[in-house]
Amino acid sequence: MQEVQGEKPGKAKKERTPMPEQPAEERRKNFNEVTLGYTKEDALAEASRCLACKDPKCVEGCPVNVDIPGFIQLICEENFEGAIERIKATNALPAICGRVCPQETQCEARCVLGKKSQPVAIGRLERFCADYEREKGVKAPEVMPPTGKKVAVVGSGPAGLTAAADLAKLGHKVTIFESLHKAGGVLSYGIPEFRLPKEIVRQEVEYIEKLGVEVKPNYIIGRIKTLDELCDDFDAVFLVTGAGLPNFMGIEGENLNGVYSANEFLTRVNLMKAYDPEYDTMVRHGKHVVVVGGGNVAMDAARSALRLGADEVSIVYRRGEDEMPARREEIEHAKEEGIIFRLLTNPVRILGDEKFNVTGVECIKMELGEPDKSGRRSPVPVEGTEFLVQADVVIIAIGTSPNPIIFKGSEGLEQNRRGTVVADEETGATSKCGVFAGGDAVTGAATVISAMGAGKKAAKAIDAFLKEK
Amino acid sequence: MAYRILEKEEIAPSVHRMIIEARDVAKAAKAGQFIILRIDERGERVPLTIADFEKEKGTVTVIYQEMGKTTKQLAKLSAGDYLEDFVGPLGTPADIRKLGTVILVGGGVGVAPIYPQAKAYTSAGNRVISIIGARNKDLLILEDEMEKASSELYIATDDGSKGHHGFVTDIMKKILDSGEKVARVVIIGPPIMMKVGAGVASPYDVEILVSLNSIMVDGTGMCGGCRVTVGGETKFTCVDGPEFDARKVDFVQLMNRLAMYRGEETEAVEKYEAECRCGLH
Ligand SMILES: Cc1cc2nc3c(=O)[nH]c(=O)nc-3n(C[C@H](O)[C@H](O)[C@H](O)COP(=O)(O)OP(=O)(O)OC[C@H]3O[C@@H](n4cnc5c(N)ncnc54)[C@H](O)[C@@H]3O)c2cc1C
Ligand SMILES: Cc1cc2nc3c(=O)[nH]c(=O)nc-3n(C[C@H](O)[C@H](O)[C@H](O)COP(=O)(O)OP(=O)(O)OC[C@H]3O[C@@H](n4cnc5c(N)ncnc54)[C@H](O)[C@@H]3O)c2cc1C
Ligand code: SF4
Ligand code: FES
Repeated sequence: MQEVQGEKPGKAKKERTPMPEQPAEERRKNFNEVTLGYTKEDALAEASRCLACKDPKCVEGCPVNVDIPGFIQLICEENFEGAIERIKATNALPAICGRVCPQETQCEARCVLGKKSQPVAIGRLERFCADYEREKGVKAPEVMPPTGKKVAVVGSGPAGLTAAADLAKLGHKVTIFESLHKAGGVLSYGIPEFRLPKEIVRQEVEYIEKLGVEVKPNYIIGRIKTLDELCDDFDAVFLVTGAGLPNFMGIEGENLNGVYSANEFLTRVNLMKAYDPEYDTMVRHGKHVVVVGGGNVAMDAARSALRLGADEVSIVYRRGEDEMPARREEIEHAKEEGIIFRLLTNPVRILGDEKFNVTGVECIKMELGEPDKSGRRSPVPVEGTEFLVQADVVIIAIGTSPNPIIFKGSEGLEQNRRGTVVADEETGATSKCGVFAGGDAVTGAATVISAMGAGKKAAKAIDAFLKEK
Repeated sequence: MAYRILEKEEIAPSVHRMIIEARDVAKAAKAGQFIILRIDERGERVPLTIADFEKEKGTVTVIYQEMGKTTKQLAKLSAGDYLEDFVGPLGTPADIRKLGTVILVGGGVGVAPIYPQAKAYTSAGNRVISIIGARNKDLLILEDEMEKASSELYIATDDGSKGHHGFVTDIMKKILDSGEKVARVVIIGPPIMMKVGAGVASPYDVEILVSLNSIMVDGTGMCGGCRVTVGGETKFTCVDGPEFDARKVDFVQLMNRLAMYRGEETEAVEKYEAECRCGLH
């Protein structure tokens, strides 16, 4: 197909329909959602770009295999209810996925339109359908008659919520145990309001409760009950405890006041709403903030710090922009908001004053050397290039490992050297009978949709296991 | 879900005891562990040691001192009121075994966490010598309970209004000097007291444990906010502790980290008290 410039009347648009969003100047001062969502007209225009391919590559790119051409067709027919139903047949959390999935590397990366011009904005359309449904009021879902089997889900992140929904629909009695006071996992404590409004997470949790799932917050497995005790009480257990143990660099000054792990900073800001004066949560509102890392977590921390009123926020990342693991869109948004990117730079030590407060970060320039085991070119320090960045808040966002609490009192649950639970990729089955695991607890920090994919696969395997039992 | 306050009592000026119905926590609780509570949706997550628990009744006792906004707010609640969240038991339980003679030292509200340990060490067959102290006799807490739970009880007050005139650590030193074979000393109280106590006990051939109260958020190892340096390594108080080998703890760092929010705290208290005078709160 030949590219045509501009728009022809009556013909499908060649260019993607842009996403309406808050202007950068405004949004950098508030925690409201950055992107505003498609209008009906936007959605129809964008949906009309889809070619409804016979052999849709986009579906293969989706970890939960949403029937993408199917739901987009229904949008074209203005059957938005049908569209959301089609999505929900395989994806229990579309309002969330439509906002935070890295579509550009998944479904949209495979879209045939992407070869010549821009792929269909699948994520934005998904979000449109989910938001449409939320405004109309979510329909009470159907569930199968009770099977009498009980399943415990440990962790209420996307993997847990997805599996719980699927298992409840199959008639099993599901209880979710969550150690924090609110369900949602990273969706609640990590990803900021301006990217994923907490009201949406709350409604998704409510939907799962409507299916008959019981959510028990403030309930830590490994402390209140061990995994072994849980196995006695339930017919099957699904471990989805995430990767919530923050890594530190082990450099000088890391325990100074004003140095946060991204988890602490983001939990205070998101879960505990430190930006809202009505809440008692404390957090340092830095004037000069340095964030170390290059993933979504670093972007979220930097943009949150900016919104708390910082004069200058910079991201220090040891490789180049192309190597940054963060979503493209988030990098762009961060740049528009004025976040400074210090690439090929690594912190060497953190400096403080006599009162133990952070005053700055000593950094060194890096260059990319030979590819390492991961296939990425490894950064090497360039000697003699040290320089100082002023800072009163430093946020470390260099990754997380799985939380070990779950292994306390769990005979025979295999763990590998990185601290993750060893589980079968297809079924989630672990070394312990009746115990399945998935999400970040198995893979290490990954994505919402891969966690959901693991939740779906495990739900299927757990159902089969329960039928055999 | 909410957690009901069954009893509430001011046991010393600005020090309160509260018994809360929390079945799951009570069932699993062990000496040395703590809980995190939140008064309401807008509240902070505040860690408090489990001062007592009754498994059959499903109750947990906490003892707290009015410090900042949250504990002042907590002090205003009474029996019949509810707390929004009450999560626990958190932390690694104290390592309680039969060791022989154990000295337990508690200062101020630090006596609260010492009390369940006294009971546990005693029932594990140890000779428990307890030393409790406060600034003056009015601020002493749990005297009768400690008397019952210990083989011997000593009291110290800064002003001499009761017991020894001076510090708990003076008594501890005297016992260690007496040549009595002591296997372990556990010191719990304000950080400065633990630091001094650890210093005093250090030269003796005895294991010294302290229970650290770093600033916490989740209490499960997720945020990394509670980190302390122990033996040159970074540890998370909530999961690796709260008890650590006193000789290895970097107390200066701990005290500096505890002062992190001092400015904000003063502001919060001032704001809270100003609001309270309006008669609406
Ligand atoms: C700041 C941030 C931004 C991100 N941005 C994106 C993004 O834009 N797009 C994307 O796709 N991915 C993103 N991710 C990654 C994504 O959020 C995770 O991969 C995903 O949430 C993993 O899901 P999960 O269900 O495995 O675990 P989690 O979401 O981590 O949930 C695990 C839950 O288990 C609970 N838990 C842990 N231990 C216990 C226990 N012993 N007992 C009871 N409960 C327990 C935890 O409290 C937590 O609520 C981001 C992550 C972070 C931190
Ligand atoms: C494991 C542990 C057990 C504890 N047990 C007890 C106890 O049994 N009785 C008791 O009275 N106190 C206990 N504390 C201390 C208690 O948590 C704090 O005094 C309380 O948080 C003060 O709250 P506030 O809002 O009234 O005061 P704030 O105005 O918030 O602060 C007063 C002081 O409390 C400390 N503090 C503030 N927030 C926290 C936090 N989230 N975590 C830890 N410390 C904080 C700071 O040092 C601060 O200077 C314990 C702390 C920990 C970590
Ligand atoms: S690959 Fe692109 S054009 Fe084809 S069906 Fe999927 S979204 Fe539509
Ligand atoms: S309180 Fe968050 S890691 Fe200890």
